[in-house]
Amino acid sequence: MSGLLSVLRVLALLLLLFSGTMLIPLIISHAVADGAEHAYDGAMFITLGSGLILWLLTRRHERELKIKDGFLLVVLVWLVLPFFATLPLLAYLPGLSFTDAYFEATSGLTATGATVLSGLDQLPLSINFWRTFLHWLGGMGIIVLAVAILPLLGVGGRQLFKAEVPGPMKEAKLSPRMAETAKGFWLIYLLLTIACTVSLIYAGMEAWDALMHAFSIMGLGGFSTKDASLGHFNSVPIEMVAMFFALLSGISYATHYMAFHGHSLRPYRLDVELPFFLGTLAVSILALTLYLLPFGIYDGFWHTLRYVAFHSISLATSLGFATTDYAAWPIFGQLWILFLGSFIACSGSTGGGIKMVRAIILYKQVVREILRSMHPNVVQPIKLGGSPVPAHIVYAVLAFGFIYMVSIVTLTLLMTASGADVVTGFSAVVACINNTGPGLNQVGPATNYAVLNDFQTWICIFAMLLGRLEIFTLLVVLSPAFWRK
Amino acid sequence: MRIVILGAGQVGASVAENLVSEDNDITVVDVDTEHLAHLQDRLDLRTVAGNAASPNVLREAGCEDADMLIAVTQSDQTNLCACRIAKTVFNIRTRIARLRAADFIDYPELLDENNFAVDFSICPEQEVTDALVKLVRFPEALQVLEFAGGRVALVAVRAFAGGPLVGHPLRDLRLHLPGLDARVAAIYRSHQPIVPEGETIIEDGDEVFCLAAAEHIREVMRELRQSEKQVRNIMIAGGGNIGYRFARAVEAGYNVKLIEREKRRAQWLAGHLSHALVLQGDATDEKLLGSEAIEDMDFFLALTNDDENNIMAALLAKRLGARRVLALINRAAYVDLVQGGQIDIAISPAQLSIGTLLTHVRRGDVARVHSLRRGAAEALELVAHGDRNTSRIVGRRIEEIGLPTGAAIAALIRKADETTVIYENGLPVERRLDRVIIAHHDTVIEPDDHVIVFCVSKRLVPKVEKLFQVGFHFI
Repeated sequence: MSGLLSVLRVLALLLLLFSGTMLIPLIISHAVADGAEHAYDGAMFITLGSGLILWLLTRRHERELKIKDGFLLVVLVWLVLPFFATLPLLAYLPGLSFTDAYFEATSGLTATGATVLSGLDQLPLSINFWRTFLHWLGGMGIIVLAVAILPLLGVGGRQLFKAEVPGPMKEAKLSPRMAETAKGFWLIYLLLTIACTVSLIYAGMEAWDALMHAFSIMGLGGFSTKDASLGHFNSVPIEMVAMFFALLSGISYATHYMAFHGHSLRPYRLDVELPFFLGTLAVSILALTLYLLPFGIYDGFWHTLRYVAFHSISLATSLGFATTDYAAWPIFGQLWILFLGSFIACSGSTGGGIKMVRAIILYKQVVREILRSMHPNVVQPIKLGGSPVPAHIVYAVLAFGFIYMVSIVTLTLLMTASGADVVTGFSAVVACINNTGPGLNQVGPATNYAVLNDFQTWICIFAMLLGRLEIFTLLVVLSPAFWRK
Repeated sequence: MRIVILGAGQVGASVAENLVSEDNDITVVDVDTEHLAHLQDRLDLRTVAGNAASPNVLREAGCEDADMLIAVTQSDQTNLCACRIAKTVFNIRTRIARLRAADFIDYPELLDENNFAVDFSICPEQEVTDALVKLVRFPEALQVLEFAGGRVALVAVRAFAGGPLVGHPLRDLRLHLPGLDARVAAIYRSHQPIVPEGETIIEDGDEVFCLAAAEHIREVMRELRQSEKQVRNIMIAGGGNIGYRFARAVEAGYNVKLIEREKRRAQWLAGHLSHALVLQGDATDEKLLGSEAIEDMDFFLALTNDDENNIMAALLAKRLGARRVLALINRAAYVDLVQGGQIDIAISPAQLSIGTLLTHVRRGDVARVHSLRRGAAEALELVAHGDRNTSRIVGRRIEEIGLPTGAAIAALIRKADETTVIYENGLPVERRLDRVIIAHHDTVIEPDDHVIVFCVSKRLVPKVEKLFQVGFHFI
């Protein structure tokens, strides 16, 4: 079991690092004296201590990680870090149950943005900082996930349509080059976050709010420091900035990286997903605006367009901010923007759902099957960006699509079995598995997940992890074959 | 002329065959001794076995005092390398290379004197593809040739009862198409050439060669047969080099189905074509053709490497209802056997592509050579030099020129003296537009005219060329 031990060693190191990040809210808390100073020292001490003990026990098991270890590590990180992330919340809010705290922390680290807390405006600055900071850290984790782990499953990164590039798909070990790539992506992520913060300040937000919302936007999370979410500011410039950066974060970081390094916009032009990403959004915003107009919910075309555009982008990219209670829309409109979130974000972005590239492959596979039934002899590979997609990847994507549907159905059934109504149960599962945040009805934009009972909350936690780890990563670790020698 | 040909494949063999008959000293180099033996049996030439890119082999082939090197092996690398050696070691004056890869066009500097030293490059596959594309655009034609950068076209059409001019004398063409200048350059009746006169009556089944400005070709063809409806659906059998290039060229404008037997090749094709439907199967499989709606096909092209297969596939397609069928046939003997029967068009790739090469080989001022009727006839584009005193052409009316029987001047292309303003993309541009003059008995030839001469037989070509040479005191 030396594999497990060396994974635990890396986990221990990550815990030590994670305890370090708690220093930031601690310092902020002391600096602004927001009354939550005591919440962090205990949390830091426990995290540091656990990390140290784990490290002392496993420090002799240093070896390079194999593919299998990679899966295990990723799953453990996303299970264990939320546990420690709950500590400051539990310390400051004694009334909060562990289930709710774990939900909040998972929602933060998976960049989902579903919350069980209310009275956000009254929370201390450092607690809100901690919540949104979890989004930002989660976003970094998601980017690494996209670079390092998902390609191994044949469903993640650029390797999908560049089979000729000797990518991680063919390597047995997590190579140092991957670390280099991840660092490059993080730099872009950091620069975009700074740009987003500055833009938000420029658009009229206060500095702290701007920083925290920038964390949320770049991680495509959705925690806000206000109960009314971004609607609190009721400002068109702020909404524009949020939409712009949410779109940027919904594009593959690999594309940003190549554009940044090559000093050219060419990578954007070559990105296979980008035209579908922007095209689908543009068409659906326009269509939904025209659909909503006759209902007279908002005053005229431009007002309708403002709210439709914001919520479409916010929910489709899996950000999950709201500026108004869109529960007032006809149910079709609400379902539609929720549905967009299940496939629109590009692979390699911080968004959720099955990702645009898989949606394209699934669509092309359907077209191919129709063609094949008319022309039994046809040879028609599925092509992305002009080059054929290998058959095993198509199968992986088909299996992914299937298991995604099955997950939604199963979890929805469990939700309804435990007493939730269909719309609440279904939308909560979809919003969580897509890491979007707000659902419909009882878990809609104007309310929050506190209404769910403990069992339902755990289902949602599971859904968030499932979606964020792109289902297979979690299923691989849960499968008996994984643990067999 | 002493010519060294590298490569004894289909292209090399047909080049050799064409040049041997024109009084040249030919040496053919190839690694395959069987190919060479076969060639030596048929033709009067020398052969050398060995690697064409080796200086010693080239020396053995007589490159030291050769006038021209024609590198037409299968491999681009060998051809390029041989040209460089020919330049550096033997200083051969003219070096022609066959280049199959299309990307060399993007880097012309690679072919200049300092690099691979290729004077002219040819790509037979591309020329065959171009010819096929023209046939799709003019579905009535048997062959379409272009002169003067595509402004004049010479088409071969089979006359059919029902065409307005069929059964009428040629001079009626002017009455049928007033204001439109066209000329019938030659007529073949049961494979025998007839010199066209005003009184000649066109019969059903005649193969007629007409020349006209490119924009008028369709109307001229309509005179000779009921016009075909435009091609929409194309089926290609065989996804080899030519099949692939052709599919690429037409897939955007037509509904294209491509049948390829080999599974891996079919997958490769499907990966590299964007609109064409690639089918894996046998083009001689009746069931496959039936299930792919062969009866709706406007054009069926059999383009595999195998003559017999192409013939069978084309025959089968015709019987199953394809409107027009074409077979690619390498063996010259088969071509005449097949064309004009059930198969509408038989094309010999070697003969199609030989014209470009011949243009470079011929002495004198030959601007363009087109091989017609599988090499039996030729259409030449020659430049008239000199003046009335030094030339037997310039300054004379066409009826005054003593052309041998069977050779006819079909048209002239005259350089414009002044520029004309034309509109390109809405912007006025000054251009020297060459004038196309369809030849009549009283047309006078001026210096530097490009003259298009049709020779019903290849034997006439040297006589015509001699006629165009200027006297000694010129220069």
